[in-house]
Amino acid sequence: MEGKMSYLIDNTEGAQYLLMGNEAIARGALEAGVKVVCGYPGTPSSDIIESLAKIAKDMNIYVEWSTNEKVAMEVAAAGSFAGVRSMCVMKQNGVNVASDFLLHLAGSGTRAGMVLVPCDDPGALSSANEGESRFFARLVEIPLLEPGDFQEAKDMIKWAFELSEEIRNLVMVRSVTRMSHASGNVKFGKLPPGDVRAVFKCDGFILDPMEGAVMSLPVTYKHAQQQEKIKKARAIFEDCPFNTYHGPEKPEFLIITSSACNLYSREAIGILGVEDRVGLLKLGTTWPLPPELLKRHLSRTDKILIVEEVLPFLEENVKILAAETAPEIGIKTFHGKNDGTIPAVGELNPDLVVGALAHIVGIDYKPVPDEYAEKAEGVASSRAPARELTFCPGCPHRASFWSIHNALQLDGRKGFVCGDIGCYGMATLPCGFSTLKTLHAMGSGGGIASGFGKLGRLGFDQPVLAACGDSTFFHAAIPALVNAVHHNSDFTLVVLDNSGTAMTGFQPHPGLKVNALGEEVTSVDLAGICRAMGARVEIRDPFDIEETQKTLNELIEDKGGLKVLILRQICALSPEKKAGKKYDITIDDEICLGENCGCNKVCTRVFRCPGLAWDKEKMVTRVDDVICTGCGVCADICPAGAIERKEVA
Amino acid sequence: MASTQLVQDPYNIIITGVGGQGNVVASRVLANMLVKRGYYVTIGETFGASQRGGSVMSHLRVSARSSWSPQIPRGRVDVVIALEPTEGIRVLKDYGNPQVTILSNTRAIRPVSVIAGEQDYPSMEEIRSSAQELASGAWFIDATDEAVKLGNPILGNIIMLGALSGLGVLPLEKEDFKEAILKSVPQDKLDVNLKAYDIGRQMIKEKEDSAGN
Repeated sequence: MEGKMSYLIDNTEGAQYLLMGNEAIARGALEAGVKVVCGYPGTPSSDIIESLAKIAKDMNIYVEWSTNEKVAMEVAAAGSFAGVRSMCVMKQNGVNVASDFLLHLAGSGTRAGMVLVPCDDPGALSSANEGESRFFARLVEIPLLEPGDFQEAKDMIKWAFELSEEIRNLVMVRSVTRMSHASGNVKFGKLPPGDVRAVFKCDGFILDPMEGAVMSLPVTYKHAQQQEKIKKARAIFEDCPFNTYHGPEKPEFLIITSSACNLYSREAIGILGVEDRVGLLKLGTTWPLPPELLKRHLSRTDKILIVEEVLPFLEENVKILAAETAPEIGIKTFHGKNDGTIPAVGELNPDLVVGALAHIVGIDYKPVPDEYAEKAEGVASSRAPARELTFCPGCPHRASFWSIHNALQLDGRKGFVCGDIGCYGMATLPCGFSTLKTLHAMGSGGGIASGFGKLGRLGFDQPVLAACGDSTFFHAAIPALVNAVHHNSDFTLVVLDNSGTAMTGFQPHPGLKVNALGEEVTSVDLAGICRAMGARVEIRDPFDIEETQKTLNELIEDKGGLKVLILRQICALSPEKKAGKKYDITIDDEICLGENCGCNKVCTRVFRCPGLAWDKEKMVTRVDDVICTGCGVCADICPAGAIERKEVA
Repeated sequence: MASTQLVQDPYNIIITGVGGQGNVVASRVLANMLVKRGYYVTIGETFGASQRGGSVMSHLRVSARSSWSPQIPRGRVDVVIALEPTEGIRVLKDYGNPQVTILSNTRAIRPVSVIAGEQDYPSMEEIRSSAQELASGAWFIDATDEAVKLGNPILGNIIMLGALSGLGVLPLEKEDFKEAILKSVPQDKLDVNLKAYDIGRQMIKEKEDSAGN
């Protein structure tokens, strides 16, 4: 996104920059001397790897966009085993993908510092779930840290590497969208000297943690060791600088919070002017909780409000501690997720915390006079028409789903498409002609289609399609396709190949000839993989609507098991596409009959490209030259031939 | 640490528009200009799926004291910069208050439902009167039209930043703009961006003059 990233490697101690939370995390890793960084793109985490990839050569670090999150964690672990600090980065559900290795890694332990950074997305601003990564820390018994502002996002990463080496195990530092994608002032520390040599020492005694075999066996022996490590972390957490308290010695109410909720809580206390009544305990170490520290703060008052996103993780852990220490600290009343004081789903913001706090402290708060609020509400509802999500102008997905939808209509047997994760997930909506009928995890479209394709013996006779992007294909679709071929499941996979991980900002994937570092690498042939598995493979340009639809109908008719149609056209937002228009589009007003045409303005009513507009006065379609990218597809969907395209000279 | 007093601390700015209008770059550039003047700036932005055709917003909190929540509380915005006119109106619903100033582009980006003829897009007159009704100051400039004359509609965001500097509510210096914009665009795009900034600033000055201020 930024033209230059050189400020991330400014070695002036005390230099101050405006950094996105993700950049602060990247800088923290640099200050810790990280040498290996891997991940899989996913909002809101992607900028961490992107920032580091840009300066990787300057800092002599290895940065990789891995095929998926499990592989990313494995590649990063190799760094740690070889004695160099490593970090892996992913969005919340990426941890689910990596979790099998995560469990075993937590059991084997690590050598050089290793930090896992999951970026959760409360409110699912850019996700199909609002999953929580924090529970994995408890589940696999590794320490969990959560930065409470931008400076901490940097400082905490460095501290996490030191902790990881102290206990010789992985440490999780959990961010959220409003930390990762927000920006604030960050003061830099020094960058360490860069000389390290990677060596994997493995010829010592088999159980030697630094020179033996790295494994989680023998399990109970290693598990006991792991629990000693977590106890050591808990002891260190008692004096951790990231656990802070602000407020009176004996407040009426105590807020316990972490992460971005720290900023909301602080602001809520200020807005309500209750600084003398409410204390704020901000925890940076949220698992395991340091018991002595908690006891000290819980003793301040009997009324506790816990503010966190999304599930009551902190709340449950604090309650367990409070129950265990009740004889010493007395009986507490807890407010939070469980009693409904804090909303159970979605992300929080200062207003929701103000609302919760106002309720328990008994203050009536109104942000603006009722009269203004009503007026603004009325004006906005009449003067600010809602914006539905849509594909960008010139997006190949609009053309692809136009053809898929039409092919299924023509087929007439109630066929449908199993969807997957990417921009094309929006094809559940009218912008993709409501073509997708299932949407779950990465690669699940193929797996679910593989299941539908075997229901024939139970009377099922609907045509089944699946759609996935090129990056998703490599990430998780391949095992589902192997399953389909092996079990002779009958469906058609449409691979929407737009040459990059478009939704998250064009990160490279194994199908491309370039890697995260910008080096030329071997590309893995997507079509070749499908053919080798035994699938029938066709490749078309989705902008050729006639040919695409014809091919789709052929494949749907073909009962020969797995068929793969690769629709290849570069994303409209790619730098290559943005460089210039291919076609100038014009409307012939004489030919466009609009509502009186047999099509009843199909271009604006159904195709709905933002580059077109219905002119109510002249009763014809118009092209908005500022928005139109000149893909030329609309010229083919107009049955009257009123939309003309002329190649730009 | 900050060199000038703010009329409010934190001073709250919302830059709003539709995905693809350069909202994020505008917020980064503005924030970097203010950090250069010694302020803490916190930005919260809407990214990801909502970029595609949806409303986008960047919240900026400018403070001499500390970082703030990346989301501005309800009713607490001081100035709204609308790269798209109806988006400015939408922002006022949640964040507006009787003292707010709104600075709006006039170029409409019609929602798909309007393109499809299912919903109406208000006239500029309706938008103007709505803004005047809800804000203590409302400024409308043809930023995209001017940007197109400069050769690229995306420069509308920079023209709007220039216009904000013309309002004189924040310590925005052209030299800081030059430094900040170079973090987002290559050197060969510098001149056209400086020109866009000046045009915006000039447009506001002319409006102030014609209003007899």
